[in-house]
Amino acid sequence: MSLSTEIAGRADVIIAGGGVMGSATAFFARQLGLSVILLERDLVGQYASGTNFGNVRRQGRFLPQLPLANRSRELWGRLPQLLGEDVEFVAGGHVRVSFKEEDSQRLEKYAEDCKPYGLDLELYSGRRASERFPMLSPDVNLASFSPLDGHANPRLAAPAFARAARRAGATVLERTEVLNISKNSEDFVVETTGGQRFVAPQLQISVGAWARKVAASFGEDLPLVARAPQMAVTEPVPYRIYPVIGYASWVEEEGVYLRQVERGNIVFGGGRRSTVDLVAKRARLDPLNTLRQMPHMERLLPDFARLRIIRTWAGIESYTDDDIPVMGASRLVPGLFYAFGFCGAGFQLGPGVGATMADLLATGQTEIPLAPFNIARFTPAAVA
Amino acid sequence: MDAPVIVIIGAGPAGTRAAQTVACAGLRPIVLDENQRQGGQIYRRQPENFTRPATKLYGASAASATALHNDFEALRPSIDYRPETQAWGVSDDLLLTECRGHADALRFDGLIIASGATDRIMPCPGWTLPGVFSLGGSQIALKAQACTIGQAPVFMGTGPLLYLVAWQYLQAGVKPRAVLDTSSLTTRLRGLGGLRRRPAVLVQGLRYMADLARAGVRLRSGIRPVRIEARQDGETPCAGAVVWQDGRGRTHRTDCDAVGMGYGLRSETQLADLLKCDFAFDALSRQWLPVTDRDGATSRAGVYLAGDGAGIRGADAAESAGALAALRCLQDMGRPVLESEMTRLRAALEPMNAFRHGLETGFPWPWRHAAALPDETVVCRCENVTAGDIRRAAGPLDSPEINRAKAFVRVGMGRCQGRMCGLAGAEILAAARGIAIEEAGRIRGAAPIKPLPAKIRGVVT
Repeated sequence: MSLSTEIAGRADVIIAGGGVMGSATAFFARQLGLSVILLERDLVGQYASGTNFGNVRRQGRFLPQLPLANRSRELWGRLPQLLGEDVEFVAGGHVRVSFKEEDSQRLEKYAEDCKPYGLDLELYSGRRASERFPMLSPDVNLASFSPLDGHANPRLAAPAFARAARRAGATVLERTEVLNISKNSEDFVVETTGGQRFVAPQLQISVGAWARKVAASFGEDLPLVARAPQMAVTEPVPYRIYPVIGYASWVEEEGVYLRQVERGNIVFGGGRRSTVDLVAKRARLDPLNTLRQMPHMERLLPDFARLRIIRTWAGIESYTDDDIPVMGASRLVPGLFYAFGFCGAGFQLGPGVGATMADLLATGQTEIPLAPFNIARFTPAAVA
Repeated sequence: MDAPVIVIIGAGPAGTRAAQTVACAGLRPIVLDENQRQGGQIYRRQPENFTRPATKLYGASAASATALHNDFEALRPSIDYRPETQAWGVSDDLLLTECRGHADALRFDGLIIASGATDRIMPCPGWTLPGVFSLGGSQIALKAQACTIGQAPVFMGTGPLLYLVAWQYLQAGVKPRAVLDTSSLTTRLRGLGGLRRRPAVLVQGLRYMADLARAGVRLRSGIRPVRIEARQDGETPCAGAVVWQDGRGRTHRTDCDAVGMGYGLRSETQLADLLKCDFAFDALSRQWLPVTDRDGATSRAGVYLAGDGAGIRGADAAESAGALAALRCLQDMGRPVLESEMTRLRAALEPMNAFRHGLETGFPWPWRHAAALPDETVVCRCENVTAGDIRRAAGPLDSPEINRAKAFVRVGMGRCQGRMCGLAGAEILAAARGIAIEEAGRIRGAAPIKPLPAKIRGVVT
């Protein structure tokens, strides 16, 4: 028993996991006056939060998620003021293109359905698409443009949130791995592998792909699998492509996407996802997937074939079986909150998730509808 | 049963002798060479229609170079030689290659990596100016194309290559303005014990120095580079002078029209990294190197390293190491090999190891210079990252090691993937944080090892 160990820290909330979700929650919770301890096993934003594509995209999302995505988008625009740091957010827009009539019909339907949520998309069909976006292939059937979306630098975002949270008074501990969590009548007691104990009445689990085991330990197991989306980047070329461009195919291998950073490099990803070793904490990078991406990239952006690839990488993402994240209060344990399983589309949501989770932690409620994301959908009452 | 497939990467001294050994054992190895012609870097060949004699190109090593070239030509029918072929990645057990936009994936039973080395670069203000070359680059210009980097070059850095290149330039009719060595005479004497283990090579090096001195080339030791100054004649500025301090701290300025610089060599270890071979920190060279046993076997079964890619021991050692790694590979496959030959090669490599110790001790990487670089000095030239940026990553952004600094300020993120700036970047980070260099880590390898054309097709399409 480690009850003899000193209590290393006590706060209103302990956040396990320093990805963009945990870091943003720490920051916004401090804004609402909560005392915060953030425990990160390795370095803040090192896994999915730091290795993802960097998409700040709303269009194409599950419709009930749009209020959260809208809140997040508003925060993205204010991050330099909020955090005092630039995370290279560029509101250059987001283009989804289709090459097939059936995919175009889906895009047209989505453009109608998302209107009530305040998301206005511009549709360009056939020749108008390549006139509006001359870098695109002339074969594009339809381009759906979301002018206020964009992209940002994932390597900077989560660490910027964590630094701002620390400046605002949060305790942010890196290289601090949670070994055990227990709950007494009032508090969660979190013990680390380094033998420290932290105590708080509320606990948020935002440990991404590693969350299943933690949730299961509280009786809330769920189907959550880790996969490795694969990215790469070209050498720099003159900065011409302002929006993010994605290929809205329902065939996994065709679904590639790209963005150009101001420095000139074109970051791209998509297609087949690789496997993950959660124990070794490594995503398996398969360079053959890079080769598989090439023809689809060229189909999207013909000039791509003239460039050279300088680097590839993969990240560790987690996916639920309904492709919808887990967010909100535990159904079984009072004071326990979850924010994980963002299914490869969490980066844009990060600031909004942070602000919304902070609402929950501070007041027990939020204006953002979270019902679709509740973990209870995986643990029906009859089973519990 | 199919004959086992042995793939050899590199066709320099180590790769060539490995190929010869495998072919002698009755197997047909695949030899991948990123160059157009066999020879590697040190014995790089001139284009086929060039006619300079070997003595002119390779100096005292002409006989070794010619023997290596001739042996390779004799070997051609017995091997599957693939020039202009880059081994750029690894997918499980497949080695991925690219040749003129065509992709291939090779299955192998044995893999001998003889990927050689590149110059170790210590940046200084002005080193990214046009007209500044690495020593290796200065040598390629001369050997492959019969061009010089300038009419009045300064060679700066440390190590035996500094004097060899200066001497080769002198032979080609270009008198260097100065040869500036950061290693002092006292430091060099400390390396003498090891260097003496190969007396002929030591004498040859001294002869190069004597020839240079006799020709009136200024040889200075124990110097410290201050900056390379630009000269403006024409539209773009280019290297015009080297400002340096002598051992007593007096500042000098040497006019020139080009600079060749290099501080010893760094092993090309990315493939071993992609193959997940174990690495260990080598305190002698202050580099992380793949772990090998005395025969070149790595921690991964079936993967062997030979030549300067496994630690810098030079061309003669590379020939022995290439043959030894190949024999070990054959032996591990259960094929009969002459144990006496392996014993002979191991013995031949013994003095090479002592010599390597002497070189690293006598001509050390001047790592302390990194900590003193002005903030505005560009360290990572691909991404234009300065020493100050790395210090910001180390301090305010709290990066405990070099990959974190890479994530924040892009050091080592560009075309060369840290091959040029990685060592100096880690030194700056370590100095800024007051940690040991091994704690600063090494930039993780990722495919592609060198830029890969996006039009690449094959294998999976």
